Amino acid sequence: MSEAKKYNAPVTNPETAAFWDAAKQGKFMIKRCNTCGEAHYFPRAICPFCFSDKTVWEEASGEATVYTYSLMRKSPTGPYAIAYVTLKEGPSLQTNIVDCDLEKVKIGQKVKVVWKPTDGAPLPFFTPA
Amino acid sequence: MTIKGKAYIAGIYEHPTRHAPDKSTAQLHAEVAKGAIEDAGLTKDDVDGYFCAGDAPGGLWPMVDYLGLNTKKLRHVDSTETGGCSYLIHLGHAAEAIAAGKCSVALVTLAGKPRTGPMPPRAAGAEADFESAYGATTHNAYGMCAMRHMHDYGTTSEQLAWIKVAASHHAQYNPHAMLKEVVTVEDVLNSPMISDPLHRMDCCVVTDGGGAMIVTTPEIAKSLKKPLVRLIGHGEAAKGPRGGKNLDLTYSAGVWSGPRAFEEAGVTPKDIKYASIYDSFTITVLMQLEDLGFCKKGEGGKFVADGNLISGVGKLPFNTDGGGLCSNHPVNRGGMTKILEAVRQLRGEAHPKVQVKNCDLAIAHGTGGLLGVRHAASTCILERA
Repeated sequence: MSEAKKYNAPVTNPETAAFWDAAKQGKFMIKRCNTCGEAHYFPRAICPFCFSDKTVWEEASGEATVYTYSLMRKSPTGPYAIAYVTLKEGPSLQTNIVDCDLEKVKIGQKVKVVWKPTDGAPLPFFTPA
Repeated sequence: MTIKGKAYIAGIYEHPTRHAPDKSTAQLHAEVAKGAIEDAGLTKDDVDGYFCAGDAPGGLWPMVDYLGLNTKKLRHVDSTETGGCSYLIHLGHAAEAIAAGKCSVALVTLAGKPRTGPMPPRAAGAEADFESAYGATTHNAYGMCAMRHMHDYGTTSEQLAWIKVAASHHAQYNPHAMLKEVVTVEDVLNSPMISDPLHRMDCCVVTDGGGAMIVTTPEIAKSLKKPLVRLIGHGEAAKGPRGGKNLDLTYSAGVWSGPRAFEEAGVTPKDIKYASIYDSFTITVLMQLEDLGFCKKGEGGKFVADGNLISGVGKLPFNTDGGGLCSNHPVNRGGMTKILEAVRQLRGEAHPKVQVKNCDLAIAHGTGGLLGVRHAASTCILERA
């Protein structure tokens, strides 16, 4: 069912274009601040922790664990699992857990990034590792 | 500078409708404005401050014009938009404006028709490309909070169900409540799963309608005929994933807005006789009770169980109008009705079956946005003067 789902292409903007360019190469990028050392997601030009503008792109492993999730059962496009996953590099992010038995998703589960096509850059989702 | 005791709620009105396909949204704003102004014993020409949020068609100036507010007198406006808690923030801001002499009779309105038709989408934030594909709705955003709360603290669906049970006990006495039937814990658990772990009965109603209030100076309030209710503490705050560092969905921005309000008021949760707590979902109530300090973090499940929130039965009577879970959740925004029932309790105008005895101190608290994604929170401490 998730294969059939159509996703809108990201609009993108000058601040985030590098993320989407890398996504087209299958690379999952995060931003890290060279001043305070903290990684963050989604990417910003100015660090949300120390407000430094010395943020740089870094390719992330794409490995993560499920922080929480909820299986939405009342949806016109079929059930789907929204989740927050915590990347190996630290930041947590919102996503969907896909391409698996959604009834078996659980907190603490190891997952990895998987890309879904759009008419533009692909979008990152996560699936059991 | 403090707003403590510097502003009174002199007029309140909750629209009795829960489904209004035959009315316009602007018309509902006008009807609740008229109701609140008349409840106060004032006239439209007395209004010199106007507050509305994102539900007002066209925003501030179109509403000022549509309502026909006296533009020779109108000297303070505020369109702070923080979703369902906008009106709690408006109350605090109205008190600030009154304390600063910027207005003396502030009108706050809320109205809309989500039951009749879908609401217009919100403007996209900077996160849109990175989140909009994942289908966050109210149900699953709050579901994720509940799931993690259960994981971290052992909170159960049975405990959450007690919140709905308490609301239903109160709603049976509200002739305008959308759902008047008293339900049991089993009823809640047997209702269909919507977004794990939230069942249908863990969710609030969807209603058309609205509400309004008049906030004024101590002098004007004392010249009117209604029992005196004043704001003595106010707090506001916001919370989001903030770059994804140390994500914790088991608490809300109420951990900051609550202490700010209690400190200003000079009271503690133990002093509160009645609590209006935003109940978009059962988990919303449980987390906010913890965040406001009515119990320790993680003990909300035990706190709400066994009827502890039922007026006349438990230690903390909450949402005695039936709340959003059973009575009304106009425009998917529960902040206004939270204030209105707190004022009724302090006036002694709640239904006799749910009126809290000697109710002289109340809290009205709510969140806006999505608890599991990005949200604001606001806390108001109200006192019978």
